[in-house]
Amino acid sequence: MIGPEEGVMQSRAQAMAAIFELLTDQLLIVCNGFPSREACKLRDRDQNFYMLGSMGAAAGIGLGLALAQPQKTVVVFDGDGNLLMSLGTLATIGALKPKNLIHVVFDNEVYGSTGNQPTYSRVVGLDKMAKAAGYVNVERVWEKEDIVYECKTMLADTGPSFLLIKVNEQLEEADRIALVPSEMTKRLKQNVS
Amino acid sequence: MLEADDFVKGLQGIGFDFFTGVPDVILGGIIAHLIEERLYVPAVREDEAVAIAAGAYLGGKIPVVLMQNSGLGNALNVLESLNLIYQIPCLLLVSWRGFEGKDAPEHLVMGETMTTLLDTVKIPHRTLSVETMVEDLQWTAKTFMEQRIPVALLLKKGIVKTVQP
Repeated sequence: MIGPEEGVMQSRAQAMAAIFELLTDQLLIVCNGFPSREACKLRDRDQNFYMLGSMGAAAGIGLGLALAQPQKTVVVFDGDGNLLMSLGTLATIGALKPKNLIHVVFDNEVYGSTGNQPTYSRVVGLDKMAKAAGYVNVERVWEKEDIVYECKTMLADTGPSFLLIKVNEQLEEADRIALVPSEMTKRLKQNVS
Repeated sequence: MLEADDFVKGLQGIGFDFFTGVPDVILGGIIAHLIEERLYVPAVREDEAVAIAAGAYLGGKIPVVLMQNSGLGNALNVLESLNLIYQIPCLLLVSWRGFEGKDAPEHLVMGETMTTLLDTVKIPHRTLSVETMVEDLQWTAKTFMEQRIPVALLLKKGIVKTVQP
């Protein structure tokens, strides 16, 4: 029997596309691996910054950016594998409470960029950890309408917010990021100054 | 010995305006002053601190990351696969535990190999001294601005006043 979540789960790319429809001038940090490749293919924006390596660092980068630019909203596209590598950052964000940070985690319960080895997010509730750490708004969703509703709400609310999106394992065909890393730095810096 | 607030003023004087890191006893006086001035963003790991500093740089800040040299090991992947390839600079203010073999055993290997390690991973470094603080800071700012990569300023015991644990 198919569980309630499985029947209606989106792919990460579908979930990302739904969020991109809601974004305007928000700054966006995307974690390494396929999430960055998919985001770049779906909607490359001057406000996007794609991590190539430094797995685990997306939320930290987003936090630093949010602290440096309190007037702008910063969105982080993270993954379960990335987040599990830097769980301490949940504590840092939960304690510092940047009002302008939205931490979105696309949770497919596998290391999808390296061959779908299972992660612990199948048994460890990342949303519960975020809640315990002190994020102000925490939601767990999988259906498209809920993704859109919660994301809209979080864009309007005072953060930090944590949106756990349970997605399936499907990968979008997407090439490696063609942008030169130092150009990505310049592009984002120009956009915030 | 330098006063912590004078040293922080020196850093601010050359443009540094964002401070994060993980504590060490050698850095205690500096961190106490930064906390007092509400300038310090505490991190839980050194790689996280480097990532926070990178985000701050993208947001227009000129960041400093404070850490014990053991933390260099934790921070290495972010420094190499983020900072060095994206040309995202930061000042690494690294306390030199295990200097000349006079420290607890866990600090001895890093204390002996740190400068070789920094050379290997292509992070320019210099050791702060009381007499040359002004030149050291000028070198730091110049290297930071010209190369746009992490630059390390190494801090031995007894250079900047600290607090007793």
